[in-house]
Order: sequence, then C-alpha cells, then structure tokens
Amino acid sequence: MWAFINKLRSPKWFYAISAKLQPLFWVAATLLLLVGTVWGLAFAPADYQQGNSFRIIYVHVPAAFLAQSIFVSMAVSGLVFMVWKIKVADMVATVMAPLGAAMTFVALFSGAVWGVPTWGTWWMWDARLTSMLILLFLYLGVIALRGAFSSRDSGSRAASVLAMVGVINIPIIKYSVDWWYTLHQPATFTITGRSAMTMDMWAPLLIMVLGFYSFFIALTLMRTRSEILRREANKRWVRELAEETN
Amino acid sequence: MHAPQGGLMVAIKATLKRDLTLMLRRRGEVLNPLVFFALVITLFPIGISPDPELLASIAPGLLWVAALLAALLSLDSLFRSDYDDGSLEQLLLAPQPLAALGLAKVAVHWLLTGLPLALMAPLLGIMLSLPAGSYAVLALSLALGTASLSLIGAIGAALTVGLARGGVLLSLLVLPLYIPVLIFGAGAVQAAIFGEGIAAHLAILGALLALALMLAPWAIAASLRISING
Repeated sequence: MWAFINKLRSPKWFYAISAKLQPLFWVAATLLLLVGTVWGLAFAPADYQQGNSFRIIYVHVPAAFLAQSIFVSMAVSGLVFMVWKIKVADMVATVMAPLGAAMTFVALFSGAVWGVPTWGTWWMWDARLTSMLILLFLYLGVIALRGAFSSRDSGSRAASVLAMVGVINIPIIKYSVDWWYTLHQPATFTITGRSAMTMDMWAPLLIMVLGFYSFFIALTLMRTRSEILRREANKRWVRELAEETN
Repeated sequence: MHAPQGGLMVAIKATLKRDLTLMLRRRGEVLNPLVFFALVITLFPIGISPDPELLASIAPGLLWVAALLAALLSLDSLFRSDYDDGSLEQLLLAPQPLAALGLAKVAVHWLLTGLPLALMAPLLGIMLSLPAGSYAVLALSLALGTASLSLIGAIGAALTVGLARGGVLLSLLVLPLYIPVLIFGAGAVQAAIFGEGIAAHLAILGALLALALMLAPWAIAASLRISING
C-alpha cells in the first residue's frame, strides 16, 4: 500500500503508466460514443410524448453525471494533495476543473435546448437546472481562485480547500434547492420517459454514459501528462525525454 | 523566555476583547453595512414599484438578499487589517489552536454585523409593508442565518486575504455557498406570512449553523495558513 502511494508521488511514474493507459481509454471512448450516438439518434424508438426531442437525453444526462462526478474527484484529489502532498493529485485537479465546468455548461445548455420543445421556454427555475447553475458557479470559483495566486503552491492549496468546502456543500445546496422548488412551484410538468424508460431507450444511454466517462478519463490523463511536462520542465528526466525526441 | 501563560479560554477572551475594541474604535466599519442595507432596500421600491401590495409580496426575499449582500460586503475587512499589520501572523504563532482563535474573530464579526442587521431588518420591513406577524421571525431568522453566513464567509475571506484585490473573487467564492441559508431564511419569513409552521425552517437554519460551527473553523484555519505562508 505504502509502496504504491510512494510510487504515485513520482510524476515520472505517472507519466510512464499513463502512456500505457491512455490509448485504451481513447479507444473505449471512441467506440462507446460512436455506438451510443448512432444507436441513440437513429435506432432508439421516439418518445410517445416528446417525439424525437427526447434524444437530447443522450448528451444531457451523461454530461450532468460527469459534471457532478468531476467535482467530487476534484475534491478527492485536493484532499490527497493536502494530506500526502502528492503533486500529481494537484495536477489532476488542475486539469479536471475546466473540463468539469465545460460539462456543467453542456448539461445546462442541452437542458435549455430541451426546454424549448418540452416546456416552451429556454429557462425554467427548475430544481435540477438551478442546482446545476450553482455547480457551475462553484467550478468558476475554484478556477478563479487558483488563477488569482501568484505562487502556484498557494493557489493549489487554496483551490483544494475550496473544492473540499464545495463538495461538503453540494448535497446541502441540492436538498435545499429541491425544498425551495417544491415550496414555490407545484410540479406542473414532469420530464416524461425518464423513470419509465424502456430497455431500448435505456441501453444507448448507458453506453453514452460509459463513453463520456472514458472520454473524461482519457482527456484527464492526456492533459495531466502535459501538465507534468510543464511543471517538471527543469527536471532531468524531462530534459532527457526532450533530447530523445529531438 | 517563559512558557505561554493561560489556556485556551484566556486566548479566546483576549481575542474577543481585542477585536471588539478595534471594531468599536472604527465605528464607520460597523455602520457601513447597515447604511448599505438601508440603501439597497430603498432602491427596490424606486426600481420596481411603490405599490405596497407588490412590495409586501416580495419583501421577505428582498430583505434577506439585501442583508446577505451587506454581510458579504463586510467580510473583506474581517482579516484584512490583521493581515496588513502582521497580527494575523501572531495568531498563527500562538500556542492555542488557530481554529478557536479564528472562531472568536468570526463571533465578533457576527456580533457587530449580523446581529445589527437582524435588529434593523424589521424597521426596513415596515418600509416595505411587510405583513404583520412576521417581524419577529424576520429578525430571528436573520440572527441565526447571518451567523452561518459569517462562518462560511470567513473561509472565503481567509482564502483571499493574501490577494491584493480579492473583493470580487471573495463574493464569487462565497455567494454560491450562501444559497441554502438564503432559502431557509427567506422561507421562514414567507411561512410566517402564510401562517404556516416556522419551526422547521428555523430548525434547519439552526442545523446549518451547527454544521458550520463544527466544520468552518478548521477550513478557516487551513485557509489562513495558506494565505500567510504563500
């Protein structure tokens, strides 16, 4: 266990192991996303109430899943960085933040586009949309805080603390927004076809979710590798690597 | 060189006394959030409509949002002057836990910001023709809620105190975390107006405060360490 954690400390080791893992996840992501998209858009049956517009679900739901998981992974990386001072954990958290914000935006945007045929409006103060919007602000806060420090180490530690504070607050925010929503607006609509999805609608969704996760892992590995090179540019092994490739 | 005298309580009392004295000598800093609160409340009838019925229906939310913004504005000065003159470093060097001393500073901040805002809110409620029967709840919910706001906000203030222009960033960090308190605070006043039970809202506000009291001091201490050492 400790040997493993000690290995994780070394960016060089991470750089080597991620070179092997990265292609696997890229292949998985490409295949899953391709199959899921074609199946979801062309072969899954249309919803009996929403028609074809329900197919936005195949982007919307995976993006929303990722938006939340990335924040949690970011906070966990922050904790690992603060407790064990593992630099790679901070690099992972750094590269994950913009991706998480982008996924939150995708979830919000696809939700708004979906809202036009379903609710007849681009924006509703729906409980889910509202908590997603707050999540986007939390992401922007973490990114802005990291950028505001001139010393990278302080910025990293501040962003880790904020991510951990945020992750404790996310469930509280989620439940209070749900409460607020039920208090203010009676449910005049429901997103149909979500709870009672048939297998042939649900299977492509599962494939899309898995595809989005593989894509996220592949992209995180790739961006962490470049972050390692950028931060360790003065180390000998990076310079040797650069000489080899030249 | 002698061993530090006194235990934790002595240090907390000293911090409380020092901060209270300092704040009371700078009366402007205590009064400014209150003036801001009154000003923002004045803007709404001008910007929306002087119609008493309309104002009464949105008054709980307006009062809560304005009080929240006033509390937010006062946050930047929470650690700022101590950071500038170096007394924050002395707090870090103290043998007593930083979390407890930070908590004492937050308590003073609430006493001189949150509590006055809560006491002043009913007065502004009259100006917005807030329905009768909800004034006590307004003050009570604000008193409970602003304590959580001070605790959560202090984390943001501690994270940004080392930055030259942390003001806008501070609000960006802190406002999303304020939302649960706003929901249940304004909800308590709404419930009082509609004659529903307010106990649930106040209980949840109390629960949020208990949670913040338990966790925020550690986050404040960690953030202060980051800001000082960075």
